[in-house]
Amino acid sequence: MRNIWIICRKELQSYFVSPVAYLLLTMFALIFGYFYWNSVGYFNYVGLESQMRGQAFPMSVNEYVIRPLLSNISVIGLFFIPMITMRLFAEEKRQGTIELLATSPIRDLEIIIGKWLAALMLYAVLLAFTAVNFAFLFRYSNPDWKPLAIGYLGLLLQAGGLLAVGTFISTLTRNQIIAGAATFGVCLMLWVLEWVAGYETATWAKVLAYMSVITHFESFGKGVLDTKDAVYYLSVIFLGLFLTSRSLESLRWRS
Amino acid sequence: MITVKGLTKKYARTVAVDHISFEVEKGQIVGFLGPNGAGKTTTMRILTCFLPPSDGGASVAGFDVLEQPMEVKKRIGYLPEAPPVYPEMEVHEYLTFVGKLKGMSGKTLAARVGEVSERCAVADVSRKLIGKLSKGYRQRVGLAQAIIHNPDVLILDEPTAGLDPKQINETRDLIRSLAGDHTIILSTHILPEVEQTCERVIIINKGKLVATDTVQNLQARARGVESIVLEVEGRESALDPNTVQHRLETVSGVSRVVLKDKVQQRSIFEVESLKDRVIRGDLARAVVESGWNLNELRPAAMSLEEIFLQLTGAESTEPEAAPPAEEVVAQGESR
Repeated sequence: MRNIWIICRKELQSYFVSPVAYLLLTMFALIFGYFYWNSVGYFNYVGLESQMRGQAFPMSVNEYVIRPLLSNISVIGLFFIPMITMRLFAEEKRQGTIELLATSPIRDLEIIIGKWLAALMLYAVLLAFTAVNFAFLFRYSNPDWKPLAIGYLGLLLQAGGLLAVGTFISTLTRNQIIAGAATFGVCLMLWVLEWVAGYETATWAKVLAYMSVITHFESFGKGVLDTKDAVYYLSVIFLGLFLTSRSLESLRWRS
Repeated sequence: MITVKGLTKKYARTVAVDHISFEVEKGQIVGFLGPNGAGKTTTMRILTCFLPPSDGGASVAGFDVLEQPMEVKKRIGYLPEAPPVYPEMEVHEYLTFVGKLKGMSGKTLAARVGEVSERCAVADVSRKLIGKLSKGYRQRVGLAQAIIHNPDVLILDEPTAGLDPKQINETRDLIRSLAGDHTIILSTHILPEVEQTCERVIIINKGKLVATDTVQNLQARARGVESIVLEVEGRESALDPNTVQHRLETVSGVSRVVLKDKVQQRSIFEVESLKDRVIRGDLARAVVESGWNLNELRPAAMSLEEIFLQLTGAESTEPEAAPPAEEVVAQGESR
C-alpha cells in the first residue's frame, strides 16, 4: 500500500511539474466550457420558445443539460486519456528508469496500480473542473444532484477502464507518440463498436455493442446505477491492469 | 557475498552469458571486464533481479535471485549504464524518492539523503532539476541513488563512462572509499580503471568466463616469466652500458638483457628471467657489488591491456579452444 502511494505521488508530481497537466486542464476546461455554454444556451432558447408558444411544458435541467453534458465529457475524455497514459511506462523505458523501479524492493503490481491511480487522479482533477460549471446550474436552478453524482461515478469507472488499457499499451513501446496514437485508436474502436447495433440485430452485433464503452455509460448518464454496467467497467480495469502486469513480466524475459 | 553458478542467459538467437561461475567475497571490489557485448550488463541485470537467468543461478548475500528477489533487491544498490534519473525531479527529491522505494522513511531518510549528497559531491546541486545537470553530476546522482540505502552489494555498470578525467578520478576515489562496507562489482572496458580500483578481475568475452584472479596474479601468470626494469648509474665516472649488460647477463636465471635507454650517467635495462625464476635479489646484488648505483628496480608490469588482448583476442581466433595462457584459471569449456 505504501509503495503504491510512493509511485502514485511520483507520477502526480511529474504530471504537475511539467506543463502536461496544466495544458490538459486548460484545454479540457476550454472545450468543456464551450460545450456547457452551448448546452445552457440551447436550454434557454428552447425554454423561451415553449413559453412564447404559450404551451409551456416542464423541462428538467437534469435531462436537458446535465445528461448530454455528461456524455460529452465521456467523449472529450476519449481524446485526453491517451495523452494521460502515453508516458506512464514508455517514458520509464526510454529513460532507463524502469531499471531502477524493477530492481527496487517493490512489486510490479504496486508500480502498475500506483501509476494507474495517478492517471485516474489526474482525470478526476479534469472532472473537478467540470464541477465548477455545474455549480452554476445549482446556483441558478435546482437540479437533482444524485444523477450528477452517479454520472461522475460512471465517468470515473469508464476512464478507469480506458486508462488501464492505455497503461497497458504504454508498456509495449518506449515511444510516447506510438503509445498515445495506439491508445487513441483502441479507445476510439471501443467507442464506435456500438454503432453496429444501429442496423444489425444478430448475436455478434450484440456482443460487439456490448463491448463498447459507450453502451455502458447510458445508465450512469441517466442517473441509474446498474450493477451490470459497473461490473463491465471494473472488468475492463482488471483486464487492462492484468495485461500490463503480464507485459511487464514478459519485458524481463525478452529484453 | 555473491555466488554465481553456471549462469546462462539465452536470448532469441544468441547466448549472451554462457555458463559463468564466480564468487565475490564480502568487502571486495571486483572489476568485471570485457569488450562491448561480452555479457557484462546481462550478468549484472541478472544479479540485480532485472532479468531472470535461462539456466544456472546466482545468489546475493545468501538469497537466490529467482527464489527471493525481494530480499536480494533490498541488499543491492545498482547503477545501470545510463543513470536512472528523472529529469523533472530535483536532486534531493529524487534521492528521497529512491530512498522511499528502498523502504526508508522519515528522519533517517532525510539524514541519509544529506549524507550521500555530501559523499557523492552533489550537495551543491541538491535543489536543481536533474535535467539541468551535466553528465558528470548526473552520474554522481546515479551513484548516490545506488548507495542511499547502504546496501551490502553495489553493482555499478560502467560508472565512469562519459566523465571527464577529473570526474573519473573523483568517482574512482569515491568507489574505493566505499569498499570495505560494501561489496562492489563494477563493469568496465577501460583497463586502467580496473588496475587502479579493483582487487580482483573477472574477464569475460562472448559470454564466457576467460579469467578470474587478482590483478597482480593475472599479470604474473599471463607472462610466466618475470620482467624487470633496472636503472643503473655509475658512481664516479660515466659507465659503459655494455659492461653493465655483460655483468647482468651473467646473473643466474637471466635470459635476456636489453638496453632500453641511456640518459647521461644512467642506463635503463629491461631484464627478463627464465621461466619461474626469481632474479630480483641477484640482480640488485650484482649491480651493487660491481660498485654501481642502483637507482631503480621494479617489475615491468604487463599492462592489463596486454593481458586482456592476449586473453580475449586469442580466444576469438581459435574458437572453442582453451584460453591461451594455460596458467590462467580457465573456465567455460562446457556448453
